[in-house]
Amino acid sequence: MIFIVIPILALLAMTAFAVARIRDLWAAVMFTGIFSFLGASWMLILDAPDVAFTEAAVGAGISTFLMLSTLALTGKKEKPSKVAVVPLLVVGITGAALIYGTLDMPAYGAPDAPIQTYPNPSFVEKSKQDMHGLPNVVTSVLASYRGYDTLGETAVIFTAGIAVLLILRKNGDQEDRKS
Amino acid sequence: MNSFPIIRVITKLIIPYILLFALYVQFHGDFGPGGGFQAGVIFASAIILYGLVFGLPAAQRVAPVRVVEKLIALGLLIYAGTGVATMLIAKGNGHGEASQANFLDYESLNHNISWLGPLSGQHLGIFLVELGVGITVTAVMTIIFYAFAGREPVAE
Repeated sequence: MIFIVIPILALLAMTAFAVARIRDLWAAVMFTGIFSFLGASWMLILDAPDVAFTEAAVGAGISTFLMLSTLALTGKKEKPSKVAVVPLLVVGITGAALIYGTLDMPAYGAPDAPIQTYPNPSFVEKSKQDMHGLPNVVTSVLASYRGYDTLGETAVIFTAGIAVLLILRKNGDQEDRKS
Repeated sequence: MNSFPIIRVITKLIIPYILLFALYVQFHGDFGPGGGFQAGVIFASAIILYGLVFGLPAAQRVAPVRVVEKLIALGLLIYAGTGVATMLIAKGNGHGEASQANFLDYESLNHNISWLGPLSGQHLGIFLVELGVGITVTAVMTIIFYAFAGREPVAE
């Protein structure tokens, strides 16, 4: 396992660094796609195929395409900028604080970690019976136990779609729709 | 893209598989990983791939703007409508005194069809709800693609 984990984490870090440093925006977008793909692989190692799915489809697929089409509408080169000291300091301190915060976190997969105990485990044990045999607990939590939540999320996607339509639709579409 | 026959042929070959995989993720989501959101994005990516290779007008012939716009709302309506339906149906399901059900309480969708046997309301409810999510996500992703691809580049 360790032979997969370490190269993937190293590649994630290298890709992130490349995205931050590179000035050719087309290459930067490609690197974000690679980053999303590596992220999907990482999620798969953590036994979260649902998240890996989403990361691969949305992160590596759709959002890469959306950024590319934005580049096609604007420009491919970023203007050279000076090294900014204050933002570098802020990012460095924040990163150090985050790493410090991970030090007393429970080990991955520890049975007494809050993530394993806080939503009452009986919730997971009862799922199969409550759902009349649906084996996927993620789906039963998402669609049944927390149906309201998912309804809200769908409404958010709906609103986002309408907002993008309002902002990005060109005026000529009015004629297109009549034809 | 007219000058890239390999890309055109390969695209035509793999789009059915992308769509099939999207349907699998959609309708098998309650048994394996997946669900409406992922399936919607995969389905939309097939349309986007078609649009990239064969041009925006070709994609809009397959998924017309007017239809996609309405699908955005239809998905949300299916979701909310399932919730309302569970409230309305609750009276007639013959479960004794419980003549009232909550919004999105799928248990009231339990029913018996003589030749099908008992059907679980949870399965049906989750199926409908995920279908709604899938339709909305597909439509939103497609409409965002149309909005981006339909614009003229800004002169630098």
